[in-house]
Amino acid sequence: MSYLELLKLAGPEATVAVTALAVLAVGLIRWGETPSNRRSSAFCSAVAGLGLAAAVGAVVMLPQSATLFGGMLVITPLTSLFKIICLALAFFTVVLARTDLSSRNRGEYLALVLLATIGLMLLVGSEELLMIFIGLELTGLSLYVMTAFDKTDIRSAEAGLKYFLFGSTASAFTLFGLSLIYGMSGTTGLAVIAQKLSAQPISPLLFAGIVMTLVGFAFKIAAAPFHLWAPDAYQGAPVPSAAFIASGSKVASFVVLGKIVLVGFGPDKGSAAWHAMISGWAPVLAVLAALSILIGNLVALAQSNVRRLLAYSAVAHAGYTLLGLIAGGREGFSATLFYTTVYAFTLVGAFGVVALVRRETGGDDLIDFAGLRARSPLLAGCMSIFMLSLAGLPPLAGFFGKFYLFIAALRAGENHGLLWLVALALLGSLVSLYYYLIVLKVIFVDEPAQHETSLPRRNVGEGGDFLQRVSLSALGAIVIFLGVIPGPLVARIIASLP
Amino acid sequence: MIAWTIYITFAGAVALLFLPRVLSRWVALATAAGGFAVSLAAFFNAVDVGTFKTIVRVPWVPILGMEYHLAVDGISLTLALVTSLTAVSAVLFSWDVEHRQNEFFFWLLLVVGGSYGVFLSADLFLLFVFYELVIVPKYFLIAIWGSTNKEYGAMKLTLYSFFGGALVFIGIIAAYVTAGSLNLHDLAEFPFTPQFQSWAFPVLFIGFAVLAGIWPLHTWAPTGHVAAPTAGSMLLAGIIMKLGSYGGLRVAMNLFPQGFQMWSGYIAVFAVIGILYAAAVALRQRDLKFVIGYSSVSHMGFVLLGLATANVLGVSGAVLQMFSHGVIAALLFAVAGRMIYRRTHTRDLDALSSMNLSRALPFAAFSFVIASAASMGIPGFSGFAAEITILIGAWKIYPIAVWITGAGMVLVAAFTLRALKRTFFDAVENVKSVTSVTSLDWETFEPITLAEKLGAGLLMFATLAVGLYPKLLLDRIVPAVEAMRFLTK
Repeated sequence: MSYLELLKLAGPEATVAVTALAVLAVGLIRWGETPSNRRSSAFCSAVAGLGLAAAVGAVVMLPQSATLFGGMLVITPLTSLFKIICLALAFFTVVLARTDLSSRNRGEYLALVLLATIGLMLLVGSEELLMIFIGLELTGLSLYVMTAFDKTDIRSAEAGLKYFLFGSTASAFTLFGLSLIYGMSGTTGLAVIAQKLSAQPISPLLFAGIVMTLVGFAFKIAAAPFHLWAPDAYQGAPVPSAAFIASGSKVASFVVLGKIVLVGFGPDKGSAAWHAMISGWAPVLAVLAALSILIGNLVALAQSNVRRLLAYSAVAHAGYTLLGLIAGGREGFSATLFYTTVYAFTLVGAFGVVALVRRETGGDDLIDFAGLRARSPLLAGCMSIFMLSLAGLPPLAGFFGKFYLFIAALRAGENHGLLWLVALALLGSLVSLYYYLIVLKVIFVDEPAQHETSLPRRNVGEGGDFLQRVSLSALGAIVIFLGVIPGPLVARIIASLP
Repeated sequence: MIAWTIYITFAGAVALLFLPRVLSRWVALATAAGGFAVSLAAFFNAVDVGTFKTIVRVPWVPILGMEYHLAVDGISLTLALVTSLTAVSAVLFSWDVEHRQNEFFFWLLLVVGGSYGVFLSADLFLLFVFYELVIVPKYFLIAIWGSTNKEYGAMKLTLYSFFGGALVFIGIIAAYVTAGSLNLHDLAEFPFTPQFQSWAFPVLFIGFAVLAGIWPLHTWAPTGHVAAPTAGSMLLAGIIMKLGSYGGLRVAMNLFPQGFQMWSGYIAVFAVIGILYAAAVALRQRDLKFVIGYSSVSHMGFVLLGLATANVLGVSGAVLQMFSHGVIAALLFAVAGRMIYRRTHTRDLDALSSMNLSRALPFAAFSFVIASAASMGIPGFSGFAAEITILIGAWKIYPIAVWITGAGMVLVAAFTLRALKRTFFDAVENVKSVTSVTSLDWETFEPITLAEKLGAGLLMFATLAVGLYPKLLLDRIVPAVEAMRFLTK
């Protein structure tokens, strides 16, 4: 294995890494004597955007399939597809960060985004426990700093600290779980682990290893009861960071979680079917899913801050998404992947709207959205697309995603064994429709409240700069497109699964 | 050809978002009229109405077997016709909407377009997409343009619809997962086990019946109707309640005939309770729209009773009643909401009774008398034709229910006459209220506009035409009903 070949296969990651360094360097340049470094910021964003585009190009150039170092770096159509999705999400985050006033030191911030993206790509493109853990840590550490990046806001610091403490504890659990798995199987490659595990019955030690591994991922995807960091991080972090945590990090986590449980732990699936529970990871995930759906949706009802509301709804959506993994099999996994992809694009869009409203009104409470329709029909329209897609109404992508997930779940269990989870999820959707509609009601029905604050209401009638408006429209279009014509992406995902 | 109703309506809706305000009501009218023309032409040119005949079939999501598949038979034609009728008159009765006009007609047309889609879908997934598509527009129509407790009414209605939708969702995926197809025709042929049908049928049927206003899940209807703007109430009563009963018939009953046989007795019981209960409640209401709202629930009880008979007469009568109630309820709401409420700013029966409205608004009085007569089931109007067909059908299987319902029709007549008298014909001899009459100065009511006359005329013509010549519809409906699998011979 020559290094040149390695470089070729790791081309996308290398491109992003180089871009991260370049952005860091560009951010240091002082342009003239002016204290404002706006030009340098703009240049940083441009470099980051170009680097991400180049990385997409590099992904496209990759060979169809390759495996390096016993699964440390794997290239399949699936990994390529999700690397592109992660890169696209990072791109939207970079666009969002363009005008976020709270992020000074733009170069450093964007470099962190790019580093986190590398972590995501490693997660997606690895089938080996060690590499997965490195990817998790790289992503996690970058995201912790991104969360605490707004030095002027104490809530940002709080969110960062909270995220970090929870995250590092969860990492410790994962690492411990992985080491137990390694001890039981003597290897770190997922495929080999599966072979080893299928030869032995499920022992308490193995079960402990599995559960501990899952704890770490439950934290990553913000599944209850490991979700407590999410509301604070979503609300306190700079908006682009929150968007990236909610989208990119989640997609990659679901991809790798799916690979670990379906490939690595495949033999110990057990069953979550009603009346026929069999010990394994499926019932564990089923409990997580049920709790997430209940807690996320019920607590979201009481929120008056849009970002917090999105955080609790994220918990609920993590629950829905887990349904596909619990169902297992090709169909289940592809349903999960489809849903999480759709969800990520929707959430980046929703956070984009939040960012622009926040810039205009100085806050992101529900009341700040009042009368948005009159101020900016475009933002109001995009927000309604995102919210209704999250609620799962046709013809938007969230609806098809749910349909697909529920079909997979119902088809998997013997004799409709997973019907209880599907029914619970539908009940959850019913509850969620209420709070999503409240957001839309505020936007479309309520009149803007008269702020007494001295904050000058910047009249960004068509909020945000041109590029942001274009990308929001693009995200809205993606959500509609994936809802009306989901066939191609589903076919693509299914074809790329082994 | 009838597929164009869907395309025209959605195209009109999207166009409204981009056209200037002055054009909006004309675009909406043109769109609705286009749909009406298409459905009317399709209705009269229909051949072979007995089979659910495919008109468009394109693969949609091939991996999961979803198709864009439209089909049509006599029942679909009838319901598409009542949809388009209601749509045209709803636009006419919204001629005075000034507030955010484009948006109003946009949401209105989305409801109409989605409803056409439901009535014409032959693919279960497609049907459900259209079915759910209608939910959100209703919310906005009521929450933005409504009156009386509008946000509460809108949310209640939306959550009820979505709850029904969730049940339908479970039924649909269960059917799909079991049979491996989403095609209504294939599904109807599939031998579902009786054990499966025994739970899948009630889930699916109740899910649909929520929207049809089945007792005790009807409570969204009165509050929703009252809160909605005039056109919203017309669409709710005229079209949306039919989505529920149509779904119950086309999907639940047709797919799970054995499950239906197990549960049909219960449906009949709920239907009869609904008829009586809603009529009794309507008798005690003070708000004119509440009276009409409860009368809708009562009339939809007849539809459910007809469906529960499982014989050709009863089910055909149910479909006829769907048409008839659509037209009559739309007319009643139009008179109450647009002609009266917009001018008097009250719907309180006590307040109205002192206004001597029959003198002030003779055309409104005339329309309301016609609508009331049709609603009570006076021969010569569509209501009579439909209800008598249902009762004859029911006589064969639930004679006791017919006795009870017959008594219930007296209640219907009672509350209708009460509302009619209090609204229009009370003040003539009521000398005590002369002072309030003069203070209200009813002679300054703006005269009934041409748009209102046209809209009301259209609906009155429809109810009369069908009442005098029900064969017009029954010729289309009966063959389609005869092709259904659940009939008991």
